[in-house]
Amino acid sequence: MEHIVIIGNGISGVTAARHIRKLSDKKITIISSETEHFFSRTALMYVYMGHMKYEHTKPYEDYFWKKNRIELKQGFVKTVVPNQKELHFSDGDKMHYDKLIIAAGSKPNKFGWPGQDLQGVQGLYSKQDLDSLEIFAPSNKVCRRAVIVGGGLIGIELAEMLCTRNIPVTFLVREEHFWNGVLPEGESKMLSRHIKNHHIDLRLGANLKEILSDENGKVRAVVIQETGEEIACDLVGLTAGVSPNIDFLKESGIDLGRGIKVNRFLETSVDAIYAIGDCAEQLEPIGNRRPIEAVWYTGRMMGETVAQTICENRLEYKPGHWFNSAKFFDIEYQTYGWVFANKKEYEEHFHWKHDDDTKCITVAFHKESQLFLGINTFGLRMKHEVFDRWLSEKRDINYVMGNLSEANFDPEFYKRFEGQVLRAFTNKISLEYKKQQ
Amino acid sequence: MSTIEKNMSLTGDVPKNINALQKIGTAFGMLGLFIIVLAGFNVSMPHKEVWLTIALTALGGGIVLFAHGSYKNKLAGIKNDGVWFKSISSRGYLAWIAGIALTGFYIVLYFFAELLGLGIDGAANTGVIALFDPLSRVLSGNAASQWFVYGTLYTVAILAFGVKFIRKYKGNRYEQLRTLSVMFFQTAFAFIIPELMARLNSDDFSLPYNDLKNMWPLNYYAFDQWRIDQFINAETIGLVFLLFGILSIFVVSPILTYKYGKRWYCSWVCGCGGLAETAGDSFRQLSDKSMSAWKIERWVVHSVLVFSVVTTTAVIATYLGYDATKYWLTKDVFLIGVAVFLGVLFAVIWYFKKEELAKDARYGAIGYLVIILGLIATHYFSGNELFLFEAGKLRSFYGFLIGSVFSGVIGTGFYPIFGSRVWCRMGCPMAAILGMQQRLFSKFRITTNGGQCISCGNCSTYCEMGIDVRAYAQKGENIVRSSCVGCGVCSAVCPRGVLKLENASMNGRIDSNQILLGNDVDLMDLVNKK
Repeated sequence: MEHIVIIGNGISGVTAARHIRKLSDKKITIISSETEHFFSRTALMYVYMGHMKYEHTKPYEDYFWKKNRIELKQGFVKTVVPNQKELHFSDGDKMHYDKLIIAAGSKPNKFGWPGQDLQGVQGLYSKQDLDSLEIFAPSNKVCRRAVIVGGGLIGIELAEMLCTRNIPVTFLVREEHFWNGVLPEGESKMLSRHIKNHHIDLRLGANLKEILSDENGKVRAVVIQETGEEIACDLVGLTAGVSPNIDFLKESGIDLGRGIKVNRFLETSVDAIYAIGDCAEQLEPIGNRRPIEAVWYTGRMMGETVAQTICENRLEYKPGHWFNSAKFFDIEYQTYGWVFANKKEYEEHFHWKHDDDTKCITVAFHKESQLFLGINTFGLRMKHEVFDRWLSEKRDINYVMGNLSEANFDPEFYKRFEGQVLRAFTNKISLEYKKQQ
Repeated sequence: MSTIEKNMSLTGDVPKNINALQKIGTAFGMLGLFIIVLAGFNVSMPHKEVWLTIALTALGGGIVLFAHGSYKNKLAGIKNDGVWFKSISSRGYLAWIAGIALTGFYIVLYFFAELLGLGIDGAANTGVIALFDPLSRVLSGNAASQWFVYGTLYTVAILAFGVKFIRKYKGNRYEQLRTLSVMFFQTAFAFIIPELMARLNSDDFSLPYNDLKNMWPLNYYAFDQWRIDQFINAETIGLVFLLFGILSIFVVSPILTYKYGKRWYCSWVCGCGGLAETAGDSFRQLSDKSMSAWKIERWVVHSVLVFSVVTTTAVIATYLGYDATKYWLTKDVFLIGVAVFLGVLFAVIWYFKKEELAKDARYGAIGYLVIILGLIATHYFSGNELFLFEAGKLRSFYGFLIGSVFSGVIGTGFYPIFGSRVWCRMGCPMAAILGMQQRLFSKFRITTNGGQCISCGNCSTYCEMGIDVRAYAQKGENIVRSSCVGCGVCSAVCPRGVLKLENASMNGRIDSNQILLGNDVDLMDLVNKK
């Protein structure tokens, strides 16, 4: 029986395993050095916040794996030896594979800051990071202040987490507004205000210079590049993005860039080895997408695709329209299609913000053709299916604004804002029309 | 139940961070409780009306004040911080104390009311029950009973914890309206109106205590002989009530359940649900989500329903006669009627929905139908002996096991251990009927939003009915489950806006395809083909 081995039990690897099982009777083994069972990485924050226990983050009950004949092995793969089709583990164990799927995920970025490897300096990615957070920041007695470096999705989650234990947080964000490398200014500014409303010491346009140690090799303070200010702290969260976790592949002969290079079939340069999820780097760009996408949803899609290929139906990875979502403290965010922070030359934006400063949308469309390109929504829920359809049908902006209520996904009895949005949009159009006259 | 688990930091911050307002709230709540306990020891309290007012105000006010302290400085958003760290809400020491105290309270209430001071054989009340006499006299004109005490505390609990819930879900209009609704139905329909109606009673006119919204079979004594006799004797008004009771089961409820799902009752109207959603909200996360719990749930709740149908049929049959000339509804007509009704109901479900029933559901349905029809047939051929047991005994057994032990002692007493909806999930025959309809003939469903689920598990964790919501959401599948009471909390706690409670066309409602969007269309075709 063909033995399919998957390195990594995150969403990508587990999705691949589940679909291979659906399609075939092949022997499947999932290897993880992180946890025995699959858990939802995105839910780690809720464990620290006390919303859930670790058990609740497991999407499948523990009997699931045996029932579906998916073998689980805990171990750390030290090297991959493709010409013997073998994996060598750090404890000396070896394992043969017929086909290998690498879904090893990411690790937090470190940019060579002095002191970045001190105790109490960590990212927020793995179960181990969560455990470490319980050691260095269990309460505001142990952790009198935390400094978070890097204004992205994980940084703000870490800030929210620490807040629930009343730990004061200083948040160093390189950009001028929170996440405005990705979000247009209006949204970015609104989020910055929301973060401050949660009593976070948000420092915009601030870079980390160095992390200072105490006599025991534990973090004592950080120094800010721009001002030279020293901020005393007991925890430093490094959340300036992630990069593929591929150090163990250096000797394997597999083509590596920032990640594991794969073609559109998710095949690596070596026969019978595939890479999916955060650690895969596309050789050819797909639309506007980045070559490496460390996103839950793309990991899941790649897992589904590679399962087809493994099961004798060689299939190209063709993700559909881009979508994503996140939550910034109390504000939910969804995006469909492309809205760029730095507008492309063909791109026009329409921005609407509610007076309560917790809801807004930005719609991107093509200057000339009026083609609808994408939407960001904050504090409002929208239907994925509807926007996916509109993007496929190549609707124009007027159609989208006129039919926005069709896409609403807010709970029943919620106040609706489509009327306001449409009025604002029409005003803007007529104003511009007058200007042109 | 309201009395016991007051103010033990159910909300907001980690317990040690109780703020000044929360402390004052706790003090008030405990004061109210203390007065009631003192009354229980027969401490002399002249001007009982004053003491009762102080006690109830302190109790309710304490809860409201505590909630104010918890939420006044908070922005709208999810307030589940520290739920699994707090003793009271994570089966810790406080939870066990609260559970044991509540269970004890229920045992005394149901089986040893004289300990609360109930006057036996016309004697005046003493103790706790006497404390409530003044309020009872204002409303119904009569002295209080243990049920009046219970009803009052129950209503105070729903009102005060309702206020807390509304503040907790600031910004969520569905949750707020739903809570206002259960607060209203409890106060007006379950408490004030029936008490006032009792004023109409005199020597030659009497109506049974009638909570209009409390339908059979949740109200298992709805068709007991004494109630029916009283309704019939009360002529027009009694008959109207009786007719309303029957119509609500066979007409009103099916229509509303078809349009809105069982939530119209379970989380908008019902008193048991009302308490679970308000006072029990801090325990919703304790429900068991395992597959095995689901299997047990399905067998137990439907067994209770069958038990309830058999008992009610037996009870009604006992007071019907054989002589058709005296009254058209004879024992024979009734029993054959029940058999035909159940047979037709079964046939309709089988014909239209057979493919939607899982294998064990089919076996269960056939088995139960055979049992009921068999019992009716046995009676028919064996003469007087009803259903192998005497109907009165069956009825008291049901009342004891289901009405008291299951719904009260276990259902509410064990809130802090098993979660707030154990009774609704495992024991309520009404929920079983509504659930069956919700699963098979209703427009209600929870829709999932394309591919946006991140499998975090907040929805499953906070589902009080123990539904593994995530299992559906991560597959992009609609949630159509008979047990879902439509509380809407899964949708509220979802950090990605994936879940929405909706009433829409029945076509394609149960969609087992994986429709995760974002993937290329050809791939989805393949995945769905399997």
